[in-house]
Amino acid sequence: MRVALYVTCLVDQVWPSVGEAAVRVLRSAGCEVDFDPRATCCGQPAYNTGYHDQARPQARQWIESFEHSGAEWAVLPSGSCAAMVHHYPRLFERGDPWRGRAEAFAERAKELCGFLVDVLGVDDLGARCPARVTWHDACHGLRELGLRDEPRRLLGKVADLELIEMEGADQCCGFGGTFSVKYPELSTAIVDRKCESVAATDADYVVSGDVSCLMQIEGRLRRIGSTTRAVHVAEVLAGMVPARQQETSA
Amino acid sequence: MSGSQLPVERFDANARDALGDPVLRGALRRATDLFGERRRAAIDDVGADDFEALRDHARAIKDATLAHLDVHLERFVAQAEARGAKVHWARTGDEACELLAGLCAGAGAKTVVKSKSMTTEEIELGAALEAHGLRSIETDLGEWIIQQAGEVPSHIIVPAIHKTKAQIAALFADKLGTDPEADEKALTAAARDVLRREFAAAEVGISGVNFAVAETGSILILENEGNARFTTSLPKVHIAVMGIEKVVPRFEDLAVFLKLLPRSGTGQHLTSYQSILTGPKQDPSADGPEELHIVVLDNGRSRFLDQAVTRASLACIRCGACLNACPVYQQVGGHAYGSVYPGPIGAVITPQLVGVGKASQLPYASSLCGACREVCPVRIDIPALLLHLRQEVTEGHEPSGSPFGAQRRPAKRGERLGFRLWSFGVRGRLRYEWGSALARFGQRLVVRGGYVGKVGALLSRLAPPLGAWTGTRDLRGLAPRSFRARWRQELRHQELRRQGLTPSGGER
Repeated sequence: MRVALYVTCLVDQVWPSVGEAAVRVLRSAGCEVDFDPRATCCGQPAYNTGYHDQARPQARQWIESFEHSGAEWAVLPSGSCAAMVHHYPRLFERGDPWRGRAEAFAERAKELCGFLVDVLGVDDLGARCPARVTWHDACHGLRELGLRDEPRRLLGKVADLELIEMEGADQCCGFGGTFSVKYPELSTAIVDRKCESVAATDADYVVSGDVSCLMQIEGRLRRIGSTTRAVHVAEVLAGMVPARQQETSA
Repeated sequence: MSGSQLPVERFDANARDALGDPVLRGALRRATDLFGERRRAAIDDVGADDFEALRDHARAIKDATLAHLDVHLERFVAQAEARGAKVHWARTGDEACELLAGLCAGAGAKTVVKSKSMTTEEIELGAALEAHGLRSIETDLGEWIIQQAGEVPSHIIVPAIHKTKAQIAALFADKLGTDPEADEKALTAAARDVLRREFAAAEVGISGVNFAVAETGSILILENEGNARFTTSLPKVHIAVMGIEKVVPRFEDLAVFLKLLPRSGTGQHLTSYQSILTGPKQDPSADGPEELHIVVLDNGRSRFLDQAVTRASLACIRCGACLNACPVYQQVGGHAYGSVYPGPIGAVITPQLVGVGKASQLPYASSLCGACREVCPVRIDIPALLLHLRQEVTEGHEPSGSPFGAQRRPAKRGERLGFRLWSFGVRGRLRYEWGSALARFGQRLVVRGGYVGKVGALLSRLAPPLGAWTGTRDLRGLAPRSFRARWRQELRHQELRRQGLTPSGGER
């Protein structure tokens, strides 16, 4: 099966190992993976801040990219950006041909875990990760795309991985795009609660499906001196996450 | 002795102040956690599937009613008047307050008892009645506490949610001379003693309305303390205040909302009291008021109705579930919103009531996590409404004839410029790649070991978002090599090799 991988701009620039992991995972699941460098950012930062005029060209860019790809599915290692693609039709008026094209694209756009489990019917990718991990439900994957069981099923099949559910796994991490810098104290207060829950699990890694959440959680964990590290679910599924000796804090 | 709201224009500053109050945050966390747990338990009791079906049903009733609101309102009024109620219409809050003050004067009132009503909070009725020389006494325990403290409610169903028991004990000791160490039971008894005397003295009782039934002209009032029942039955005049959106067509519709509202709000299967009132008392020897007045208030609601997107916010049944579930509300509480309607639904309703320009910060007071939509008993897509209002803030303009025509939308020059630059940078592949290469070069000034720590004051001024982020969080820097570079150099070729091609072999 031919899939077009949209790694998202954050993965591309900030956390490229997630994109690499997604390529490995999709290939090991039997997919032929294509990546179009003409697709840059999905436009979510502008859209969510109220700048639809700046988001619209990005929607067109991604729609054209997918139409040219000839791929059956668009796969994204991000629930948030996949949800953004599902919002694309709202950027175009009824009757605008772009609206129909946006709808067609939205129907074929899947978040990675959802694609693996719900489209391919795969949950065991043969990965190993000898570590204690806890899962953070990224809001858009959970509440816009309905992904609750999919990532847990995938993680459940990873050899030697111990999944410890944290309290309030489905509570927001406080990132929220520009919210994180418009209201930094508030955003930090919210992530502090998340960090408390992570700490209570004594996990080596906090795992999630969105690097935006992971940057927020990691950024705060590092600042408060936690030894728990943040990794993306694709990295776990690709077997790229090493065992960790519990570092003792000095 | 009515309190006043914090400035709605300054959610940012209000929120910072709230975050600096550990007692407030402790109280909020305990209360919102508890209501969240109770709500889940009460829903499990119905069964999740049945609850979802109820939500669909409730929203369908609301949508159908809002589509022909005039018809249902007229029917309600005709039925209520046939049962002896007098119905009054008020276009604005001020008009409603004048009308209510006039009705109180007509009844020769000196003391008015009020049961909990957000609509009367919205129009600031308490202060208006006091200005007319009336004593206006809140009789819901939480509202009464707030009134004694000279504050405003911070939650739509739990007005004193932000207060701890210790704070309330201290307040009562000050106002009533109770023991500062008194327990909840003693405090409640002290309040009851005072309130019973007020009920006996009051000439007029003012209540809100949860639902108004068009078919029968009845109003339904939900409560837990019995104070609303006293308010609506002891004084010889009862005045009920309702927004135009409170009407439902049929009596049987109440069954749907009665299953949803208490479960969503307080996690109760049913409130302790449900009063269905149809007209004043018919038999002079019966209990109940001699006169029943119903004030039907617009106060901007017909403007919401005109717009397809914002019309959905009129479906709100004021249960408060979205407040309890919201990570922002959980941290800062209701006062920070500077509005009688706080939390996610407040961030939707308030800009429509007071103007998008004035309340321009509220649509942004959300991480768009969607927890509000998940718990809303009438399935209001609050994040979608917030997105719509954000667009109104940045791109919209007041329609002609808008009462907020004189308000200015925030200029947001820096942000606007930022998004234009960003847009220029991401629209084309080469700009994006050159832009990121430039950023990769530039970040060497601040990145240490792959991360940016707290940046200095100068950089914070030059790049405010960077300063805002790194004040409390490390920031992962751009990776030395982007994904697209890795794709070009290695990953793509692996794919070609898998298909039996070599990088130099080109496409078949």
